[in-house]
Amino acid sequence: MLEALAFYIFAAVTLVSAIGVVASRNIVRSAVCLLGTLGGVACLYFLLNANLLAAIQLIVYAGGTLILIVFGVMLTSKSPWVVFDPTRGQVVGAVIVSILLATGLCMLLVGNEWPAGTAMTASPHVKDVGTMLLTDYLVPFEAASVLLLVVMIGAAYLARPEK
Amino acid sequence: MLTIGLNHYLVLSAIVFSLGILCMVTKRNALGILIGVELVLNAANVNLVAFSRYQTGAADGHMFAVFVILLAAAEAAIGIAIFMNFYNTLQTIDVDRGDELRN
Repeated sequence: MLEALAFYIFAAVTLVSAIGVVASRNIVRSAVCLLGTLGGVACLYFLLNANLLAAIQLIVYAGGTLILIVFGVMLTSKSPWVVFDPTRGQVVGAVIVSILLATGLCMLLVGNEWPAGTAMTASPHVKDVGTMLLTDYLVPFEAASVLLLVVMIGAAYLARPEK
Repeated sequence: MLTIGLNHYLVLSAIVFSLGILCMVTKRNALGILIGVELVLNAANVNLVAFSRYQTGAADGHMFAVFVILLAAAEAAIGIAIFMNFYNTLQTIDVDRGDELRN
């Protein structure tokens, strides 16, 4: 009962701010609404027994990626309030297509019965996650660290000032 | 309605996914497109974690979600570096203006 209430509240926060992201014409407002979506998804992770992931979501996404986007907004416009609007026809077409996509996906899901699986009873301990990261997922982990190095060098190279 | 199951999370993430696609298609500001990609990746992450919670019972979905978050951060860093170059070249961040292969 309490879980259902919490789920509906967090789902409402996530959905309303996701709609805000799409509907606001101003990019700064979109970024602020994205913060609501990221926070709502982090709360859903708590409900889904993924405590560590919720913390990572808040730190990396809400604390890092979102700040990076806001910096990008500041660096790439003469004023933060510039607005580029798509034409009305483009908006109507895109809205129709995405509503069709959403209803199609939901209709697929609602009637579907999943095979009985094993439910997770408690949130995995940080120690277990770390052990998995360095045993079963060692190769992706190392690939990810190389990727981060490449991204760091690449971003510094791309964003360097013109000579 | 009152017992939350896998389908609740899947429907939520389907809707967020569609909103992310809509955001990517309708925004003309390049950073708006990046924000749409973040919405789509978050929807995918909710799916991964929900399947981990209700179907497998193991933390594998969490691992995938961690890597997705990492890739999203990397993609945002590179994307913003590219958009800064775009802005330096064209003096605007409107993606509709970037339709020439050479100036």
